[in-house]
Amino acid sequence: MGTLKTDDRKKSSKNPWNKEIRKNWPLYVLCIPALVFVLIFAYGPMVGLVMAFQDYKPWLGLTGSTWIGWDNFARIFQYKEATQAITNTLIIAVIKIIVGIIVPIFMAILLSEIRNMGVKKSIQTLVYLPHFLSWVTVAGIMIDILGLDGGINHFLSNLFGSKPIFFLGDPVLFRPTVIISDLWKNFGFGMIVYLAVITGIDPSYYEAAEIDGASRWQQIRHVTLPSMMPMIIVIATLSLGNILDAGFDQIFNLYNPLVYSTGDIIDTYVYRSSLLNGQYGFGTAVGLFKSGISFILIVVSYRIAYKVANYKIF
Amino acid sequence: MYHKSKGYKIFSFFNYIFLILIALSCFLPMLHLLAQSLSSKAAINGNLVSFWPVDFNADAYVKTFKNSNFTGSMQVSVFRTVLGTLISMFIITTAGYALSKDFRGRNALMWVFIFTMLFSGGLIPSYILVTKLGLKDTIWSLVLPGAFGAYNLILIMNFFKTIPKALEEAAFIDGASFFVIFRKIYLPLSLPGLATVGLFIMVGHWNAWFDGILYMSNTENYPLASFLQTVVVQGSAQSMALSQSEAAAMSEQSIKAAQIFISTLPIILVYPFLQKYFVKGIVLGAVKE
Repeated sequence: MGTLKTDDRKKSSKNPWNKEIRKNWPLYVLCIPALVFVLIFAYGPMVGLVMAFQDYKPWLGLTGSTWIGWDNFARIFQYKEATQAITNTLIIAVIKIIVGIIVPIFMAILLSEIRNMGVKKSIQTLVYLPHFLSWVTVAGIMIDILGLDGGINHFLSNLFGSKPIFFLGDPVLFRPTVIISDLWKNFGFGMIVYLAVITGIDPSYYEAAEIDGASRWQQIRHVTLPSMMPMIIVIATLSLGNILDAGFDQIFNLYNPLVYSTGDIIDTYVYRSSLLNGQYGFGTAVGLFKSGISFILIVVSYRIAYKVANYKIF
Repeated sequence: MYHKSKGYKIFSFFNYIFLILIALSCFLPMLHLLAQSLSSKAAINGNLVSFWPVDFNADAYVKTFKNSNFTGSMQVSVFRTVLGTLISMFIITTAGYALSKDFRGRNALMWVFIFTMLFSGGLIPSYILVTKLGLKDTIWSLVLPGAFGAYNLILIMNFFKTIPKALEEAAFIDGASFFVIFRKIYLPLSLPGLATVGLFIMVGHWNAWFDGILYMSNTENYPLASFLQTVVVQGSAQSMALSQSEAAAMSEQSIKAAQIFISTLPIILVYPFLQKYFVKGIVLGAVKE
């Protein structure tokens, strides 16, 4: 195998595929398992997207249900709950993205100022940890400490004598709670890449800046930040594709009917309207609406990232 | 020199304090949970437990391990994690190795895989597919649909690309086939990369809760994370087909804390190994020249 005999070459000259398959057939074989999985479990559901254009009834199936054209999509903009979910998604996702980029950069710079390696490593280890906990675990902790008689309220009332605050049941406080808890869980993880960039900066830049009399703050502004810029641009552009992803796992585990007005997002709305209320066609239409816009945004953002920072996915 | 300036020293002092506080905030909730799980019901209700157990006792753990719903779910989780990781690693490493080579049609295939990252059928079509395939209420509904991950494929492929081509050429001359080279050269040499991705997949399976709730109509088949979701988040221990006393026991905070803590323990134990590799893995995935 892998050795090319002379008679092979003669025969295959007509069709380039023959030669290629004779020589590289194991490579094609090795792709088969992944291809099978992708075709069934990734492309298979895409066939089901036609439901979005049907009044889908499970007992009639995809072939038997009536076609209703764009009605399901029109409904998205008629139902107040649906437009509300879209607005909430945009607001929560945009703030999460902005905060989720700025804070890790800030923390990475602060952490790079720590000279004691032991302390630095310990801090790193601890701040990455929450990323690996599931949202169920985090929600369990939060429901306990943010509850009316939870630790935070206990602490606040001891300190200020204030009335207990219902963090997870107040529509005004729900979004900040969601954004801060998301940040808590994920900033350490986001920091890794920035920290790697800072570590990779040539020390001679700092030496030169210091000889020129630059203070530490000036060094950060004129050496550290510009060196991080390409990475910041890549991450910021790529996050454009997540603008309709406000985090199903988190919201689903933290929300309740009291905060639907500010906390219900597209994904949780799809779950409730379709699987719980049986509106399969409509739910699929909302999902397709989201996937379609996300797809365009991802493609555009990858293009921009490639143009601006020469970033390629593979 | 800035290190010696007074302003920098003050900054440095506050920087240490600030970062240590932030780091503690990432760890204290787990400690709080552990303290609660080892405290008495009265101490918890009286808000006396912060980060150290009050009225130390291990009752919550005894009760948790006597609860057949909990131990059953734990078995489902262990089984799905092992099975799911093996399947995922198999399909990702085989394709990753092939796609790290240059062959006719490679780019087209690559796009077929990448496209799954950009667009998906969404929740309901996926749910209906799994149901139609008859996977509902079986372990396969938890391990098959998510087995392929394009991001993991790219990571593995990049690891394979870093292995010197000369090794492969030498093996070809010795008469080795692609399969032998894959097994005897590429897999052993990219062990750090495989460990990174493998651990990610394992953590993903262990933490996954939604698919369990979606595809298991019998709560006895719930993986641990789904079980916890119903008990801890939905707080509906009653819905779990338990007797009144069992339900009342499960809603106790010390038991919830013990359950969450036990379910998180494997992650905390595997975390040091994970951390050793994953910084490299993520940086490799994100930083490209």
